[in-house]
Amino acid sequence: MNTPLLEVKHLRVEFPLRRGTLLALDDISFDIAPGEILGVVGESGAGKSLTGAAIIGLLEPPGRIAGGEILLAGRRIDNLPYEEMRKIRGRQIGAIFQDPLTSLNPLYTIGRQLTETIQTHLPVGAEEAHQRAIRLLQETGIPAAEQRFDQYPHQFSGGMRQRVVIALALAAEPKLIVADEPTTALDVSIQAQIISLLKRLCKDHGAAVMLVTHDMGVIAETCDRVAVLYAGRVAEIGPVGEVIHRPSHPYTSGLMGSIPAMDEDRERLLQIDGAMPRLNAIPRGCAFNPRCPQVMARCREERPELRDAGATRAACWLVEDKAQQP
Amino acid sequence: MLVFILRRLVQAVIVMLTVAFIAFMLFQYVGDPVTSLLGQDATQQQREELRRDLGLDQPFPVQFARFVGNAVRGEFGLSLRQGRKVSTLIAERFPATLELALGAAVIALLAGIPLGVYSALRRGSFGSQLVMTLSLLGVSLPTFLIGILLILVFSVTLGWLPSFGRGDTVALGRWSTGLLTVDGWAHLVLPAITLSVFQLALILRLVRAEMLEVLRTDYVKFARARGLSNRAVYFGHALKNTLVPVITITGLQLGSLIAFAIITETVFQWPGMGFLFINAVQFADIPVMAAYLCLIALIFVIVNLVVDLLYFAVDPRLRIEKSTAGH
Amino acid sequence: MSTPAAAPGRLARWLDSDVWHSFRQSPMAMLAAVIAALCVFCSVFAPWVSPHNPFDLATLNLSDARLPPAWMEGGSRTFLLGTDDQGRDILSALFYGARLSLAVGLASVLLSLVVGVSLGLLSGFAGGAVDAFIMRVCDVMLSFPSILVALLINGVARAMFPQAPESLALGVLILAIALTGWVQYARTVRGSTLVERHKEYVQAARVIGVAPLRIMLRHVLPNVLGPVLVLATIQVAAAIITEATLSFLGVGVPPTSPSLGTLIRVGNDFLFSGEWWITIFPGAMLVLIALSVNLLGDWLRDALNPRLR
Repeated sequence: MNTPLLEVKHLRVEFPLRRGTLLALDDISFDIAPGEILGVVGESGAGKSLTGAAIIGLLEPPGRIAGGEILLAGRRIDNLPYEEMRKIRGRQIGAIFQDPLTSLNPLYTIGRQLTETIQTHLPVGAEEAHQRAIRLLQETGIPAAEQRFDQYPHQFSGGMRQRVVIALALAAEPKLIVADEPTTALDVSIQAQIISLLKRLCKDHGAAVMLVTHDMGVIAETCDRVAVLYAGRVAEIGPVGEVIHRPSHPYTSGLMGSIPAMDEDRERLLQIDGAMPRLNAIPRGCAFNPRCPQVMARCREERPELRDAGATRAACWLVEDKAQQP
Repeated sequence: MLVFILRRLVQAVIVMLTVAFIAFMLFQYVGDPVTSLLGQDATQQQREELRRDLGLDQPFPVQFARFVGNAVRGEFGLSLRQGRKVSTLIAERFPATLELALGAAVIALLAGIPLGVYSALRRGSFGSQLVMTLSLLGVSLPTFLIGILLILVFSVTLGWLPSFGRGDTVALGRWSTGLLTVDGWAHLVLPAITLSVFQLALILRLVRAEMLEVLRTDYVKFARARGLSNRAVYFGHALKNTLVPVITITGLQLGSLIAFAIITETVFQWPGMGFLFINAVQFADIPVMAAYLCLIALIFVIVNLVVDLLYFAVDPRLRIEKSTAGH
Repeated sequence: MSTPAAAPGRLARWLDSDVWHSFRQSPMAMLAAVIAALCVFCSVFAPWVSPHNPFDLATLNLSDARLPPAWMEGGSRTFLLGTDDQGRDILSALFYGARLSLAVGLASVLLSLVVGVSLGLLSGFAGGAVDAFIMRVCDVMLSFPSILVALLINGVARAMFPQAPESLALGVLILAIALTGWVQYARTVRGSTLVERHKEYVQAARVIGVAPLRIMLRHVLPNVLGPVLVLATIQVAAAIITEATLSFLGVGVPPTSPSLGTLIRVGNDFLFSGEWWITIFPGAMLVLIALSVNLLGDWLRDALNPRLR
């Protein structure tokens, strides 16, 4: 059994505020194998981006890791000093953010931003760095890479900029890419291109991906496995086909059910009643219990752990009951 | 880019004409133009002659055109108080004010920018809070009080530095400079520091605020996510973006310095244009006031133009007019 | 959409909120508030708080002139902080002078606030040529340093009315200072007005036929109050300093009713002969007022900035 590339164990992230401490991530656990694409999906505020930020060590203060461990290739990285973590960022773990326009420094040419990243991590000279940068640009499908090298971000369109961002993330050849909503800010027509580019490049470079998004369509197309987050906790995690077609957690079912299908003729859109609770008002027991159509008394008292539910793992008391049935 | 320069030039001319108009109104209706030009001791006959010569019976636009024509040549008549040509007076005083203003600007920039960067990077530390408190003090202390305090400490009590005048100056053609003698420098120190304090505090707070904003941007976050060193992130990416808007404000401040020099020159009896202007205000010496106004406007306009050009040079987003974006 | 009942509710919530909490947590802000309040109190109640009346020429005695503060040799208990060259008690002059400085400062800020906010609302709402014109004027005015504008107005007034009565001189002073400050308000308010104007509820209101003035006052104004308040606080300090500067230069308040700036000027002549108290105490008072007001303004800006919370 190979060691997973990334292991997140019982991660807790809290925000100590004036009014009290908010627990934004409560006992998150998952693994990513080398070369695998894990989707992290959930509503806004569920904690997807925070998980990514915690992994690369860029939690915005006052946020901080309050418990749990993050291991990269077996080595703990959540408690490293800043300088150690800095060397890991870019070189071992790359990151892609949502808005390509604001991710690039408007005052520097993209070529300069690329070579700077390459030379920070890899022991190569300026000429070699230049060549590598051109190759990266070509790989990400930017035409006339030689000329584009000396251009500024504002001279590129949105889709092209995101390609540059992907090139930058892959520049130092990391083994893991954390992609936080990489297509949300793009036109729908461009989204598919960028996603397939990301998938192909990561495969070529042998990089695993943690793909954070709220778009189930992207997840279905791209990911090997998917984790569903709810109110800072993992609701369900498993192979993408299983989670989508045979979900065990009522929240996941609700999520899948609310996506309108092209071939169905429906009068009303299905929705899950209520809304995800705010961080300072998470219910006792299972966070989903006020909205769950199959809620039991136990759900309101005890919080379920992630447990095997056949092909997936889900944090739901229903699962245990099923396991007990003959 | 040519279009841009042309547009700015046109704006500049409009501003100058507006200011000239105000100065003209001052001349015509507040002061007595004949007295302004001839001085107080002219005879009635001389006045009548001049009135005809000046064409004061001419329609308004003609008079205005004449005024502008004169102004462009630097001709503003005689000072009511001193009886000498205004243009001569101002030309004599200009070098003193310029040297003072430049000295203060250099101090303000050399101290303000690093301190601003420091207090942004080390936000919350004791040093940063100390710097911020001192800068608040700098903004709360009126310039003249700073001058007085400096005089009290360094001239009266310690006797280290002189407290009035320019000291020994050297004449380079029509320009008299105090920068070529030790005595001249000694005399420049206290006034330059006094004048610089307000600007220093302003630049410091501006740089800090801008830098804090820049440090929160996505591209800085992305730079950090790529594992760039602190030096590269702070001084490569953040600082460059911080300084771009600082350039504009600082450029505008230069003009402001020349005007604020009025106060410093008064406190230190520095023989510059500001001191001249104050006396003109106290005396209601309209020609001098009008001339000073026009000169200041000219300086402002030129500085603004230079700053705009600098902006062009520094920010690539402004340079390329046609986007060459593709998919 | 705000209903009449929402307005007081909002105020109550505001006080109960982060702003008040931030105030109680910031010792600097509280100290500044206390100092500012003290200064204001002494100034407003100067006639009752001061041991003497320095403006009343009849009570001045030249033999009392230039006495040092009470704790130095030659000083006397009657004149705690010493006297100036006319025999005026410095301590009393401090209070009366501060009163004048504060009055001028507040009056000019109030004037520039009213003018600036109105023009800003007008500019943002009317748009088009009106907006362009007002903004051009703002640009021109902004490029001139305040002190210059104030001096110019003063000089012109002097030339036009050489024998003006005191009250006119004071009025001109207030006007001069006010004219240097209104631009900031106008710009800020215009910015907010533009933002609000394009919001749907404003457009809806216009379609229904609600008068623009009502829209401006009821919806836009409350949203701008925050930044305007911060601006006003900082401007008060700036106005006080400007007035002091003008008085120091001899073109401020009439010499018979000295403000803090005038006192400093008077004292300046005596610095070299070692009689420092005539300048230093008024100077210290001036700095105290300006500093405390600036601190309050700074704190207010941070407290009202939602992003920093």
